[in-house]
Order: sequence, then structure tokens, then C-alpha cells
Amino acid sequence: MKHLATEEREGMSTIVGTVTHWVCGFIILYGAYIVLYGHLSPGGGFAGGVILACGFMLLMLAYGKRRLVAALPLSTASVLDCVGALGFWLLAVLGLLIGGGVFFKNFIPHGVRFRLCSAGIIPLANIAIAVKVCASLVLVLVALSVLRVKARGSDEDFVTDIDEV
Amino acid sequence: MMNLIVVLLMFVVIGAVIAIWTRDLLSAVIAMGVVGFARTVVFVLLRAPDVAITQVVVEVLLLIILIRSAVRREVHTVEGARSVPGAAMAAALVAVMLILGVIAIRELAPFGQPAMARVSDAPSRAYVDKGLAETGSANIVTAVLLDYRGYDTLGEATVLFTAVVGAVALLRRKSRKEPPATETAAEAGASAPENE
Amino acid sequence: MVYLLCLVLFCVGMYGVLTQRNLIKIILSLAVAESAVNIFLVLVGYRARGVAPIESAAVPHGTFAAAAVDPLPQAMVLTAIVIGLGVLALSMVIAMRLYHRHGTYDITKINELRG
Repeated sequence: MKHLATEEREGMSTIVGTVTHWVCGFIILYGAYIVLYGHLSPGGGFAGGVILACGFMLLMLAYGKRRLVAALPLSTASVLDCVGALGFWLLAVLGLLIGGGVFFKNFIPHGVRFRLCSAGIIPLANIAIAVKVCASLVLVLVALSVLRVKARGSDEDFVTDIDEV
Repeated sequence: MMNLIVVLLMFVVIGAVIAIWTRDLLSAVIAMGVVGFARTVVFVLLRAPDVAITQVVVEVLLLIILIRSAVRREVHTVEGARSVPGAAMAAALVAVMLILGVIAIRELAPFGQPAMARVSDAPSRAYVDKGLAETGSANIVTAVLLDYRGYDTLGEATVLFTAVVGAVALLRRKSRKEPPATETAAEAGASAPENE
Repeated sequence: MVYLLCLVLFCVGMYGVLTQRNLIKIILSLAVAESAVNIFLVLVGYRARGVAPIESAAVPHGTFAAAAVDPLPQAMVLTAIVIGLGVLALSMVIAMRLYHRHGTYDITKINELRG
């Protein structure tokens, strides 16, 4: 049985590579816009985080795994994942400590309505969640893609190890 | 408007039936894509733009995951159903569920009247009336997610974190303890999943 | 009626989980059942001729509060969609490991072979 040779053929054709070269930055910018304006227009942390992960996945699909790891190393992705989750939890605990004894209290003053810097901790929570979701999904997708399953009965079972990336 | 929602939901049902009962795995994944994008349009028609944006990007990512991990050159086709008594019992159970569900649907309010229109102290009414004043955020859904129901969002972030850690941990080759030097490479590779 | 179509979709997903033999098809049926529940939740919160629950400076608050659709089911469904993605990714990884161990996706054969 043949194995799936995704890693020997790094990336896709020239057309896909050229289009990705121009579009990938816009996708990441759009994801950041959806995250930052989450309290003023539809979107928020989850949708923006998934869009950012799609932008990084486009890099990996078009140019191969090495280009993605050069842009966002997997150790950095793991650290960002934890930082995002802990940052969200830290905002909640700060609400407990500073705001007045209630977990998740919105302790930053609200500011002017309908402006970018308003609504207290909501934009910061959006950013923390977006960082967490993006890093998690990039980790899962890279882990799924580096796995090559060879046929049973061959000497080596897993071809690559995620620790070596 | 209602007709459009009904037509799209019928597309979703047809796409789901095709996805589950076709023999080719690639066709099944493409039919799941149809289901997802029809859901996005349904959410837009139901005045839920946050949910629609999240649904379309999650659907794209889900298609990438499915195609990358499931569709291979040698396992394209799928065998038939499981044993016949099992299929009959499953059909009976699903028929019972359908009948009970139809009875339960009659108890629901007519379509188009949410709880906040009928009940005066529904929490959604408080969220919509006082959302902008209390939280300062114009997007009431974000205000509900991150201010009124922030604890649920913390739980959801934890669930996502656990799922990803589990998925990455399942894909490791080396186990934590060192295998003995006399084992062959095949046995070391085969015993690594059992050590997890 | 739209609620009936959601129920039919859920039953289709359940039937697929109970009777399919291929592991990937079982995972797809689970995704279909989860879709049905999400659509149902947003359908429950719909107000006839309503507007999206996002305030703007142009619309006065009174008319917005009288015409907005329910934001609570939308928040729950947003969470549920992202959790569904995480759970499906984990299920696909488990399916890949099972394929690696037993060489097939057929769950009747996975019961027979003891690795």
C-alpha cells in the first residue's frame, strides 16, 4: 500500500503560491479586525481566532510545513496557547481582586460608546481568546498534517515525530 | 423569508442524507461542506451574523481537517450497513424519537415569538434593554458571551484547550519511558501507543 | 414547519451513528446531529421581522429593544460551534490512530482484531 506523500512534495503550484503571497497578509489583517472590533460589529474572539488560524493554514497548504514553522514555530504556538488561556483567566481574577469581589467583574471604565477603546475588559478578553483559538487550531492542524501512516507490517510505524518539528 | 429558510433546511437535510449514505468518502466530505454553507445562509436569514461568520470559517477548517486526515488513496469506498437486526432496532428507536419529538414540538411557541416577547422577566430582555448601558459594548452577543456569561466562555476555552492537548498528545511517537535496547524498531513503534 | 425539519435532521444523524460501519461516517453523523441542535437553538430565538442584536448609533434604543432577536441562544450556539470543531478534530485523531493500529476503518473488524 502506498503512503501519503504530503511532505515530499512541499506546497502547491506556482499560481497558488503567488496568490497566497498576496492574500495571506490580508487574511491575517481581516482576522485581527474581526477580533478588535468584536464589541462593535459582528465577530468577536472566536471567529477572529479561527480566521487567523485559516491564514496560517493557507501558508502551510501553499508552501509546505517548513514555511509555516518558519513563520510560527510550534513551541511558540504552544506557549501562545497557554498564554491566551491564562490571560483570559487572569482578567477574570483581576476582576475579582480589583473590581470588587465578584469573579469576572468588568473593572476597566467603559469609556465612550461605539469607539474602539470602550467596553472595559471585553476587547482584552477578545484578544486573549483569539490568540488561544488560533494557536490551538494551528497546533492541531500541523499535528494532523505531519502524520504519515504507513502500511502495517513495515518497520517504521510513524514516519515523523511532532517533537522534532 | 420563511419559504427561503424552509428550502435551505431541506437542502441541509438532503446534504446530510447524501453525506451519510454515499459510498465514496470524498463525496461525503463535500456533502458535509454543502451542509455547513447552507447552515451559514440559514443563520444570516435568522439575523445571527456572529454565528454565521463563526460557522463559515469553522466549516472551512473542518473540511480541511476531514480531507487531510480521512481521504486517502486506498480507503475510498465504504462497505454497507451493519447487521440487519441492528438496523431494524435502530430504525424503530429513531421512529420513536421522531414521534416524541413531533409531540414535543406542538408544545413550543409559534415560530417567531422568542421567550423575551412572551415573558416579561426573561433574562434576554434584561440583556437587550440594559446591555449597552451596563457593559458599554454595542454587540449584545459579545456582551452576553464575555460579560454576563463570562464563566461559560472560560469553560469553553478550557474544553478547547483540553481537546487540543489530547489530540496533540495522541499523535506522539515516543513514549515517556525509554524502551529496552533489545526491542526491535517495530515493537517499539507498536508499544508506544499502548504506553499513553 | 422548520422545527420539524430540524428534528428530521437530528434523527438522520442519530440513525447514521447507530447503523454506519465506517468510523468516518459515524463521526460525520455526529457532526450532522450537532448541526441540527445548533440550528434549532437559533430558530427558537428568532423574532418575526426582527433585527440583529447589534446596536448602532443611528437607531434609538427603544425601537432596537422592541425589535431585536434573542441574543442568548446565539451566544450559546457560537460557543457550541467552536467546541464542536475541537471535538471533531479530536475524534479524527482517534480515528487515525485506530486506522494505524488495525489497518481499517470498519468498526466490526476492529472488534475482532486484538492487536
